[in-house]
Amino acid sequence: MDSTKKHQADGETRRDFLYLTAGAMGAVAAGTAVWPLVDSMNPAADTLALASTEVNVGSVEAGQTITVVWRGKPVFVHRRSAAEISEVRAEAWQELRDPQSDQSRVKSGHDEWLVLLGVCTHLGCIPMGSKVTDVKGDYNGWFCPCHGSHYDKSGRIRKGPAPTNLAVPPYEFISDTLIRIG
Amino acid sequence: MSRPAQTEKFQNPVVQWIDERLPIFTMLIKEYGVFPMPKNANYLWSFGGISLTMLIIMTVTGVVLAMSYVPHTEMAFDSVERIMRDVNYGWLLRYVHMNGASFFFIAVYIHIMRGLYFGSYKKPRELLWIVGVVIFLLMMATAFMGYALPWSQMSGWGVTVITSLFAKFPLVGDGIVTWLWGGFSVDNPTLNRFFALHFLMPFVILGVVFIHVWALHVTGSNNPAGVEPKSEKDTLPFHPYFTSKDGFALVAFLTVFLATVFFAPLALTEYDHFKAYDSMVTPPHIVPEWYFLPFYAILKSFVYDFTVTLSLLAMAGLLAAFPAAYVYFKKDVQKRNLAFKGVGALLGLLVLVTLLALVTANLEEPSLAAYLKVVIVPAALQGVLAMFGSILLLMVLPWLDTSPVKSARYRPVYKKCLLLLLISFIVLGYAGAQLPEGWPVIAGQVATIYYFAHFLVIVPYLSRKEKTLPVPNSIHEDPRCASKGK
Repeated sequence: MDSTKKHQADGETRRDFLYLTAGAMGAVAAGTAVWPLVDSMNPAADTLALASTEVNVGSVEAGQTITVVWRGKPVFVHRRSAAEISEVRAEAWQELRDPQSDQSRVKSGHDEWLVLLGVCTHLGCIPMGSKVTDVKGDYNGWFCPCHGSHYDKSGRIRKGPAPTNLAVPPYEFISDTLIRIG
Repeated sequence: MSRPAQTEKFQNPVVQWIDERLPIFTMLIKEYGVFPMPKNANYLWSFGGISLTMLIIMTVTGVVLAMSYVPHTEMAFDSVERIMRDVNYGWLLRYVHMNGASFFFIAVYIHIMRGLYFGSYKKPRELLWIVGVVIFLLMMATAFMGYALPWSQMSGWGVTVITSLFAKFPLVGDGIVTWLWGGFSVDNPTLNRFFALHFLMPFVILGVVFIHVWALHVTGSNNPAGVEPKSEKDTLPFHPYFTSKDGFALVAFLTVFLATVFFAPLALTEYDHFKAYDSMVTPPHIVPEWYFLPFYAILKSFVYDFTVTLSLLAMAGLLAAFPAAYVYFKKDVQKRNLAFKGVGALLGLLVLVTLLALVTANLEEPSLAAYLKVVIVPAALQGVLAMFGSILLLMVLPWLDTSPVKSARYRPVYKKCLLLLLISFIVLGYAGAQLPEGWPVIAGQVATIYYFAHFLVIVPYLSRKEKTLPVPNSIHEDPRCASKGK
């Protein structure tokens, strides 16, 4: 009796405690019930199963670019000549908008291979420059026709509105001529 | 009886029988028959009813179109072309639905502008106004998802650009975009859910419109004089005075709408809307529909990253604000402490985000110069926040504008500033359609600055300082009220 009176004096009762615990349990239950609905909108198993792509690059000549589709997006695989590599590596990358060295954008030992996500970092357009006849922009790499972003032979942003370099997707060399993207 | 008794007696025994059990006819007479309307309401007051009519037209044509549409990436574009060529009157339904979206937005923009001009958002109509802004947001979401359904080049790439905006949010951004897409690019799962939601949304809007109208019938309509009706001399029954007035306005509006449908159905559309979506080829210029252009321009107006350098400068400025506040509020200790707290909180926030950016920065060759260049808030994220903020700002407008005078008729300076706001909105619409380079960017930036300054600086300032003109005592004593006396 004493303790009940004391709690009532504070304005707190056993009922308040029950309300709180019941409310908390209700919130947990609601969250548990909603989660399957929310998660059903995430990528399904069959979509996830397509998350990696293997590319045979044996037939790609130096100076040539192939475009492969990975997760519904284009990936540029470009084989660079020694001259192209030394050209992009001679530049002072520290001063660029998104400072990255060319070395950090390729796999060491496979320096001639440049693998890029072909999605402009500005608003998601697909840059030109992979085909022989394409406009390649002021830095002889890729050029986005939407809003005029110029990328160099390392896929780094040099001019135009794009904020960052073309992304490098996760990939690995299974053998010297076989790349797995994703 | 404790409940409000049924008041009407109906001649027709069937109507009487129903009304005694469910007083729907009594309600109709009360809300749409004898409902008192301010008698000076002009034709701008017809655009609420016009908007509701457009919503109904969109819902009805949409449901019928859905019967012939296939929400699959392989078939969507062809099914829309089949509607245009083979389905009986499919061309009519589709053009009414397509242009109907534009005319729905025209009606709603006029409706919103009316509210801004005559102060319809002020007490006691704040909640009515906020519910209206919610309807506007829902409409934008619905229109955006509907734009995706024909699965044209503009559809797919428009969706890509706009959904990619969410990727700009730090940490959770990519997860949100993948969740929105249901995959790693805009693809079939995206189209499927957009169709489901586009079908659902009109009914959600209809529900919120019901709340909007309910709130309206509690407070009653505002009017051009901006003074509340005081006696029966100030009002007229809704029927027949305003049913006929709204009816005439509706017929005039629908005439322009249908003339567009029949004689210029593609006037408001981009040609890239007639090419099937190709995820490997970007159209050269991606633009949203005209009614989104002003907000798209706000998004594009932010071009400078907020870097560590700028953050340090801002911190220095805030530090300087302490002695400035000390001197400025020398007499009022309470205000001074409040100012100190505000500046301190801003400073703390700035230090926090800067440290967070520095810690998470992944630098190849750490140096002072490299650290100073670390980006805290990228320009694109600023743009996204500003774009959403520009609409959410409308929700707090009733508390930004505290002037007791509602109608801009009696607010000479506010009236001019509102005209400037309309001009900036049109400039933003123009800038939004242009490539983001050269002078349209500058014009868009100036208009963006005015848009935010109008609501955040000018309106609060005018609320306190503007010298307003004398407001009429009541509606029937207003010399501008056409039918005096009665």
